[in-house]
Amino acid sequence: MSDTTAERTDFLARATASGSGKRSFGNKILSIVCVGLAFLTLIPLCSIIFLVLKNGLPLLSLSVFTDLPPAPGLTGGGFGNALIGTLLMVGLALVLATPFGILSAIYVNEYAPASELAKTVRFVAKLLTGIPSIIAGVFAYAVVVLATGGFSAWAGGFALAILVLPTILLTAEQALMGVPKSFREASYGLGATNFQTIWRIVLPDALPAMMTGVMLAVARAAGETAPLLFTALFSQYWIQSLKEPTASLSVLIYNFSTTFDDHQKQMAWTASLVLVVLVTLANISAQVVFRKR
Amino acid sequence: METPAIQQGGIKEFRKGTDFFRILCWVASAATVATLAWILVEITRQAWPAIEKFGFGFVTGARWLPNREVFGVLPFLVGTATSSLIALVFALPLGLAVAIFLSEDFLPLPVRQVVRFTVEMLAAIPSVVYGLWGIFVVIPLVQQFGSWAMVACKDIPVLKEIFAGPAYGNSLLTASLVLALMILPTITAISRTALVAVPGTLREGAYALGSTRWEAILGVILPTAAPGIVAATILALGRAMGETMAIAMLIGNSSRLSWSLLSPAGTLAGLLANQFGEAEGLQMNSLMLAALLLVILTLFVNMAGEAVLRYTEKQTAGIR
Repeated sequence: MSDTTAERTDFLARATASGSGKRSFGNKILSIVCVGLAFLTLIPLCSIIFLVLKNGLPLLSLSVFTDLPPAPGLTGGGFGNALIGTLLMVGLALVLATPFGILSAIYVNEYAPASELAKTVRFVAKLLTGIPSIIAGVFAYAVVVLATGGFSAWAGGFALAILVLPTILLTAEQALMGVPKSFREASYGLGATNFQTIWRIVLPDALPAMMTGVMLAVARAAGETAPLLFTALFSQYWIQSLKEPTASLSVLIYNFSTTFDDHQKQMAWTASLVLVVLVTLANISAQVVFRKR
Repeated sequence: METPAIQQGGIKEFRKGTDFFRILCWVASAATVATLAWILVEITRQAWPAIEKFGFGFVTGARWLPNREVFGVLPFLVGTATSSLIALVFALPLGLAVAIFLSEDFLPLPVRQVVRFTVEMLAAIPSVVYGLWGIFVVIPLVQQFGSWAMVACKDIPVLKEIFAGPAYGNSLLTASLVLALMILPTITAISRTALVAVPGTLREGAYALGSTRWEAILGVILPTAAPGIVAATILALGRAMGETMAIAMLIGNSSRLSWSLLSPAGTLAGLLANQFGEAEGLQMNSLMLAALLLVILTLFVNMAGEAVLRYTEKQTAGIR
């Protein structure tokens, strides 16, 4: 009896002394390394946010929202036309892409979920998500700029629409999937048609989640530069019509960040601050305001 | 007794509305699919003169000289591949560490949520802001590191080629570092999903057999989640290859091939961003062909990523 107890304590002692001591030590080291690496990723982000605030805040005033971009060598000025241009082209992109995205999602999820077309749509939407944003610009250049003979807000909006279409489509499909099946069954049970069920029961329930996708699309489109470079180009002046070159915040940042004029560089930081705030607000509203379910 | 609406209008009236909406949805779906085809066809059409003129020599040609109408895209293909791969080398361990950190309980939930939110914020920052930040922060750092590494490695056989001077700030290394940061959220998000999907019973089994936390992670959880992590890597590669603005602002846009990480390079996307605005004639056709190559490459990589992801879902469905 006492023999086995002694053996047991002996075993425990040996276990803690050699093997598992080393093992728990290695375990601790790996945990520390992992947590360390995770916190290492916070450093660049903090650096970006800190610099955008530090360099962007000094020039931030009401007049940057109402003035035209400064010429090299001058002080003052702002990016009122670029802000309007960005909002306008994002709006155009939504107007062009939202109907296609939501109607496709309805077809894919409500009318013929198992059909070949539905499978193809899902696959194509995923592939479109991965298309480089500059390709949307190249495509819009070929289709809109070459056809109409000039750079325009339309071309920029079209390029952005190509980019946000898959985002809107895929989130709308998720939203429709989230509507309980029992809702549809109850609706059919009461004698409603397919269309009535979709229009009066499914869509109202899915709408908030669909808006999430639209806000994500706003966030994505507002930050894009590459598709606008040679579609909307840039303009020093207020926008007069949708058929002429149009300024945007992101292209302004790109142009000003590569000049030698210090004031323009500062302005690039201030524009970055406004753009980051805009994109973050769109993202947060996508996650918080519309997620009421 | 009142007749129900359905009898007043007749069932056909209802069917008409239904059919019209159904057709509308079908048209939208078909248009979505057609968009991708349209993109490919239109870019190919615009690139056709360059395809006829250069043929396969476009891919193997090492010189891009718009003045002499000589267009070879090899340096940009190499630049696209190397910058993306170097970015992966940096981003993969870091992204995986964050994913493990988020799926384990090293620290309390609020702390993990802060880290998760931060990484999601990284994904939301516009590319052009990364470029601006890179110009002010990463370029000076890389220049300092480069001047040091150039001297330190000048007698070591392979390293002396990789860190050959002069140390420019606008270099392959600068672009790759910023690119690594930009693809980190993709790797983290998809890997985390894969790790969280590993059934708890597997972990409990490993613990019951007496393994420590990391023996369970390295021996059981990571191998189970491996296909998902591979998919994350491939999709991140696709993103890195298509990234444009930050690269165009940081890589120096050179068409010279070089072994050195410290010298300027160029990528397909950066080439398009730089030259598309003022290109005409054959240069425009050649740029369209470069765009076509870029689309085909990214489509191929993304299809591979999606395929692995789908395979993963099937595999884990069996375990659950």
